Amino acid sequence: MIRFYSALAVLAVSAVLSAPAPAAVPVDERVVHELAAQLRCVVCQTLSVADSPSETANQMRQIIRERLAAGETPEQVRQYFVQRYGEWILLAPPKEGFNLLVWVVPFVGLGAGLVLVVIVLRRWSRNPAAAAPSTPVDPAMRERIRREMSGGGHP
Amino acid sequence: MIPELGYAATVVGFVLALYGAIAAVIGVRTGQANWLRTGERAAIGVWLLITACIALMLYAFLTFDFSVRYVAVNTNRGTPFYYRITALWGALEGSIVLWAWMLSVYTLIVVVRYRRRQPELYPWVLSVMLGILAFFLLVMSIPAPPFERLSPIPPDGRGLNPLLEDSGMITHPVALYLGFTGFSVPFAFAMAALLVGRTGDEWITITRRWTIVAWYFLSLGLLIGGWWSYHVLGWGGYWAWDPVENAAFMPWLTGTAFLHSVMIQERRRMLKLWNLTLIILTFGLTLFGTFLTRSGIIGSVHSFTQGSIGVFFLAFLALALLGAFSLLAWRTDGLRAQGELDSAVSRESVFLLNNLFLIAATFTVFFGTVFPLLSEAVRGVKVSVGAPFFNLVNIPIFLALLFLMGVGPLIAWRRASAENLKRNFLKPVLAGIVAAAVLRLFGVGNVLVLTAMALVVFVAGTIALDYGRAVRARRRSGDGWGAATWGLLLRQNRRYGGFIVHLGILVVALGVAGSQAWQIQTEVTLDKGQSVEVDGYRTRYRVRFDGLSASEESNHGKVTGTFTLTDGRGKEEVLSPGRKFYPQEQTPIAAVDYRLGIFEDVYLVLGDFARDGSQATIKLQVNRMVSWLWIGGLVLTLGAALAILPDHRKPA
Amino acid sequence: MKGGWLRWIIPAAVVPVLVLLAYGFWTNPREIPSPLLGRPAAPFVLTTFDKAPLTLQDLRGKVVLINFWASWCIPACYDEAPALERTWLAYKDKGVMVIGVNVQDTEEPARKFLARFQHSFPNAPDPRGYVAVEYGVYGVPETFFIDRRGRVRFKHVGALTDETARKRLDSLLEEPS
Repeated sequence: MIRFYSALAVLAVSAVLSAPAPAAVPVDERVVHELAAQLRCVVCQTLSVADSPSETANQMRQIIRERLAAGETPEQVRQYFVQRYGEWILLAPPKEGFNLLVWVVPFVGLGAGLVLVVIVLRRWSRNPAAAAPSTPVDPAMRERIRREMSGGGHP
Repeated sequence: MIPELGYAATVVGFVLALYGAIAAVIGVRTGQANWLRTGERAAIGVWLLITACIALMLYAFLTFDFSVRYVAVNTNRGTPFYYRITALWGALEGSIVLWAWMLSVYTLIVVVRYRRRQPELYPWVLSVMLGILAFFLLVMSIPAPPFERLSPIPPDGRGLNPLLEDSGMITHPVALYLGFTGFSVPFAFAMAALLVGRTGDEWITITRRWTIVAWYFLSLGLLIGGWWSYHVLGWGGYWAWDPVENAAFMPWLTGTAFLHSVMIQERRRMLKLWNLTLIILTFGLTLFGTFLTRSGIIGSVHSFTQGSIGVFFLAFLALALLGAFSLLAWRTDGLRAQGELDSAVSRESVFLLNNLFLIAATFTVFFGTVFPLLSEAVRGVKVSVGAPFFNLVNIPIFLALLFLMGVGPLIAWRRASAENLKRNFLKPVLAGIVAAAVLRLFGVGNVLVLTAMALVVFVAGTIALDYGRAVRARRRSGDGWGAATWGLLLRQNRRYGGFIVHLGILVVALGVAGSQAWQIQTEVTLDKGQSVEVDGYRTRYRVRFDGLSASEESNHGKVTGTFTLTDGRGKEEVLSPGRKFYPQEQTPIAAVDYRLGIFEDVYLVLGDFARDGSQATIKLQVNRMVSWLWIGGLVLTLGAALAILPDHRKPA
Repeated sequence: MKGGWLRWIIPAAVVPVLVLLAYGFWTNPREIPSPLLGRPAAPFVLTTFDKAPLTLQDLRGKVVLINFWASWCIPACYDEAPALERTWLAYKDKGVMVIGVNVQDTEEPARKFLARFQHSFPNAPDPRGYVAVEYGVYGVPETFFIDRRGRVRFKHVGALTDETARKRLDSLLEEPS
């Protein structure tokens, strides 16, 4: 019970303390959201700072807002966090060095797979068939044939 | 008393399963039916023992028996009755029990159904299933025993993780595990076929329904997981590309590929080797999923605790994969394709592309999930791979798959003539383009969303076209409307079941595309009586803060905010998001409230508030089309049910 | 389909994956190395709970121990609090400064925490999280050791023990100014 009310008290004053400060330069919320979506919330597991409902994410979003308002570019804000938290804070690794692997390999794999599919198709069509019908029988026609064959056709 | 009984049951079960697996093999190798019989009895015994374990555990939960450590950690005296039952699978040890139980039930079904019908394959299938069971029982005996005794007995338990006190969490693991374990049956049959040398099409025909059922439950489990994430976690999303989400997604992807490529083997006798590879991969990925969740090697919102359990799972994964693939490599000689192709434009090639894209997606998800580990191993630097990556690479793949979904069912086998193509696809393609144009006129600018919508219309068009033509043909040959429409569905239940499943996927795709395209979010602090307005899709929403109230539930305290939501038409509704304070948790848990609609959801999260109720901070979100994900799940259910109906024409 | 050794490609391909996964047992996904090590510590300007100013500039020339904590951080912050006080008392005359930074907290529970452990070293609240982000703090408790030249030298995640504090402080004190 005591803990419940002290927790209430915690959040009570938080409400007052976390009211956002007025910005100096008008900041586009979409840019804030976009930046926040690229950063990883450090206390959640894989949520972005934009999505996370945690207090830490709240504070980080506010810092993003303030730095943008102070005139920093999105890249500078991103670097600000990377310098303090390491590459880990970016939700997708920067496209350089070893990290290029993760960006490139899937597409290379897809390309290799396509080549494989072509090879298989070639191999399968090595013997163009003699016996197969050239037009497919569609289900309705098949149904009709079945009826006629079973002798119960329509007049 | 209970801990000891339960533990004994576990260990005996393990020995019995191991014995049964070996007995079945001896039986089939020596030709002595008695050995096989004892193997069957062992399977029955294992099921009885695991059921007993569950009964014991439930009894312990319901009687507040805190001498069982698992009960003490996962419930307390305030935990509501139904959550005390579902707490059974709420944590690591119990989830393994659930998994093992499902496996044992499936094994029993295999015993009953196939002992007479498939005398050659059956003993090996039984042996493999019992072998897998033995592993899980081993895990239950050594690294993760659910029946550990707690001494001294505490007066009260710790309590269930509050995030699990929810309907989604009751059903999500059950559906998911039914899916995961379901794939072990086709896998066992594949192993049996390889061991016996009967690598023809039999094992595929036999396991067709198993595959559909397992696939369906896996799909359902994923959707329920998304639902749980959406309405409990408070961030307004349903999928975060969390490593454990990925781990459940991968077997779904390969399972879907498998589901389709077996159709090629059935019709054209091709891709035999590939199908075996796929089922081994799918089964391996189900193990990988549980490994990832339980080993703690990759941090995730799902991670259970660690310990040596990861080692056990990795060892078994290694054994299963290396063993199965080696077996396959040894038997490749018997796997020759027996069909031919006339043209690259044919259903065969569409199916091949379908498989290609699904495997590419699987590979992408896998690589992205383990890349942090790789980066650390090679560079010593930790990196994150999250939503931006997965979305970027996977979206084009999924769009391509949508397209194939429309082309596949209608294009001809072997060779599709230009006539065939025009007849089947011209109108749907036009419909798709028109749909995209219309949306563009309505102001949708996002290229991806337009493409997705166009493709959805295209695929729906092909389905409608095919169904319409078939109905018309039946009408022309004298059927009444009932037989032509409903009767057609039943007569060709596989085909139309598949179509309905595709429709379900379309609905889900609509939901995904729509929710990604439009989302409005705002965070604001309101005084009592103050309102905030937000523009929805077609209407303007106003949310007014009316007050706060505090209450005490059986195991937590709750502060609830009362908000009145008014839409543009004047319709009012009261929303009550809150914050729940559990004594065993450090920070409060958000209780989200929402108004769900077919096209739009209004989603409200309570943040901070003033103690006297004079102020509250809220996060207000308007999400579009999310409900279509859940509707899609319903459609999937109908389609899968239709697809597994027994065939009217042939005797079962 | 394939002859001879080619068929063994797939089983062989599984092995490196398994090895990578096994490597995962040696790592801890929650432990992220700080990029701040060896770099100048970020300056901060705080006001303590006693309303006194506290800046990093003032502490140049001393070895500084900064501890991030919160009153809701149970049990770790409570476990380490006595050790912090002991460390402060043992080292305050040796040119060491111990500072506590209170994050994501409110005044009443924070003061209660301080009163309970009777911390005699300066503690300041960081209500907007500025300082926490400057130091790349992931969670609480975290402790940073700064040398006399103002560079971050060690980061300790989790509850601090007397031995760890002693070891780190001694090694930094040995260094010339």
